[in-house]
Amino acid sequence: MAKRSVWSDNRFWQRSAAWITGFASVLLIWLTFDTMAQITIGTDEDLKNGVTKRVPSPTVINYKITYEMSTKRGHEVPIIGGNDGQGMSLFQEKEMFFGRDDWSEEEATELLHLGKLGSQVKNCMNCHTLLGNGAYYAPDLTKAWLDPQWGPNGSMQAMTGKNTKEEAMAEFLQNPSKYPTHARMMPNLGITAEEAKGLVAFLKHMSSIDTNGFPRNFGKIEGAVHGK
Amino acid sequence: MANNHLTGIGSESKQLATWYFTFAAILFGAQLLFGLVAAIQYVMPGFMFEVLDFSVARMLHINALVVWMVFAMFGAVYWLLPDETGIETVGIKIGKLLFWVFAAAIVVVVLVYLFIQVGPADEMSIWFIHEGREYIEAPRWADFGIVVVALGFVANLFLTGMKGKQTGIVTVLMADMIAFAGLYLCGMFFTDNISVDQYWWWWVIHLWVEATWEVYVGALAAYGLITMLGAHRKVVEMWLWIEVTMLFGSGILGMGHHYFWIGTPEYWWEIGALFSALEPLPLVAMFIHVLYDWGKTQGEQDAQGQELSVIRNKPAFTWFVLNAFGNFLGAGIWGFFHTLPQVNLYTHGTQFTSAHGHLAFFGAYATILIGMMYIAIQGTNGIKIMNHTRSSIWSVSLLSGGMMGMTVALTIAGYVQVLVSRAQMGATWAGYFDGQSGMWFAQAMDWRLIMGLVMFAGFALLAKDFLTTGKNPVHQR
Repeated sequence: MAKRSVWSDNRFWQRSAAWITGFASVLLIWLTFDTMAQITIGTDEDLKNGVTKRVPSPTVINYKITYEMSTKRGHEVPIIGGNDGQGMSLFQEKEMFFGRDDWSEEEATELLHLGKLGSQVKNCMNCHTLLGNGAYYAPDLTKAWLDPQWGPNGSMQAMTGKNTKEEAMAEFLQNPSKYPTHARMMPNLGITAEEAKGLVAFLKHMSSIDTNGFPRNFGKIEGAVHGK
Repeated sequence: MANNHLTGIGSESKQLATWYFTFAAILFGAQLLFGLVAAIQYVMPGFMFEVLDFSVARMLHINALVVWMVFAMFGAVYWLLPDETGIETVGIKIGKLLFWVFAAAIVVVVLVYLFIQVGPADEMSIWFIHEGREYIEAPRWADFGIVVVALGFVANLFLTGMKGKQTGIVTVLMADMIAFAGLYLCGMFFTDNISVDQYWWWWVIHLWVEATWEVYVGALAAYGLITMLGAHRKVVEMWLWIEVTMLFGSGILGMGHHYFWIGTPEYWWEIGALFSALEPLPLVAMFIHVLYDWGKTQGEQDAQGQELSVIRNKPAFTWFVLNAFGNFLGAGIWGFFHTLPQVNLYTHGTQFTSAHGHLAFFGAYATILIGMMYIAIQGTNGIKIMNHTRSSIWSVSLLSGGMMGMTVALTIAGYVQVLVSRAQMGATWAGYFDGQSGMWFAQAMDWRLIMGLVMFAGFALLAKDFLTTGKNPVHQR
């Protein structure tokens, strides 16, 4: 009788399946510990001490946020409170958010909590994408806070009759079908003034998350073919 | 499915399977209907505006998808369990009770989605309306219900597997289903940190559809080859173990391709790229396996001088072969298209993902689960050789042809988005709508809607075929 090959032995493949699955799972769990440590939300102390976090404290709403090229990393990163010229945050330049730039950690956390709850309850993700995940019926919201459309040269502040980005956004969220930008409109979701404030805080905070350069060239391109 | 020829050992378990399949088929129809509403809204944005908005239609579309598949998966296990173990399913009475609990909960959830839709931004809404997290929107109360039902199902499977004959297929299913149920727990919490939120959300979504569900499909395919062709168990089960090795070996760490841009560290680029690029390999293996066993058993039959086909259930086998190919094409090829971070930077969150999602869910899961429904119909009606009917041929052609057409249309729409909205315009609000307003995008969306209607016609014929099998003289009894 010919010697049986291990390659056609069910026991061999059963054991391979168990070992490889176990190994992959252990590696995934180990990487999860490392990743969790890196994406835990930062503190107000971090911002004050100039410590860059992948997901900064909710008090990041007190700072000016931009999205600029990092020479070290070779792609764009969120810049908080001014750029050192190399693409590192200086954490100095503040920015008013609904008339204040001194939101305490407690207040800002509460606002973000309301905004995150709102983002789920109002079902944002089944039209928009957040961090690129969701539905594709409406624009990506990852860096929506930084969209030129809402800035001083964009059309939304004039359209909503507001003088600041956050007020224009909050007004739009409360009465979306009053300010259509396209035949495809956002429906009225019964968003209250307080909820809108929370949602705008959530969007501003999300724009400060380090997404490894996604989306590329956000808000940088003007005057391309058919560009605005 | 009026005639009941189920008798003897396992008839209780098989009856429960037919309940699960029936509810799954109804939800499949609902999935297609809400998909049509959403597809119409891309073409006519005012359609049902502020009545049944895109967000609600789409939530119902993808939730009906997940739930009908879970129902059909549970059903398929209850169907094959007596055949594999040689005994009646242990605790089948509780299994039957849990079916009604599950079905009633789904009906309540759907009614709330439809008629309440949104609530105020507080925890109560998360508990009683929906959680607003794609694919697992079910409100928290339903989460706990799902856990109870899943535990009951896993208990049925384990107690039966341990008491009866524990074949390789049953062993794989036991290990796989406990992971499948356990992973759901990762999606049952709220956090303010959206990066942490999406990290764990993918543990449910990815480790279901790119790991545990794929292994489940491997086990079903193995069962199908044995029952429909009489393939040799030892060969089939060896392939199954090889598939498990390859699927979990690539799929578990392939999760990295969802961690490129959600705030997680850069090392996921390398891990995600490497392991997810390997994910198509087991799908190729599964395709080859089905064709190999088909050719092998047919060849043996031919060598004995018999001209007959070896296939005992032709519609089911057609769906199984389509599964082997569709899984490879939709999950493998369309997935690989955009899995490398260099490409994904531009394709992430475009219709490209949607094209892949549609073909992968259909090719990898819808096909084989419809095939299992045909196996159950054959058994329930006491049919020895089940043949194709005109409806079964037309339904399989319209459903898969419509899906392929839809996938091509969405891929073209995705190209427009990648080039115009992303590369040219830098992904802003204005860039997004520039892409959406383009002629090529609009045409692609017209074609997607047409193909959706083609699929719906295919579903109607499938339902007709299911309902008329009992009296059709074309089958050998």
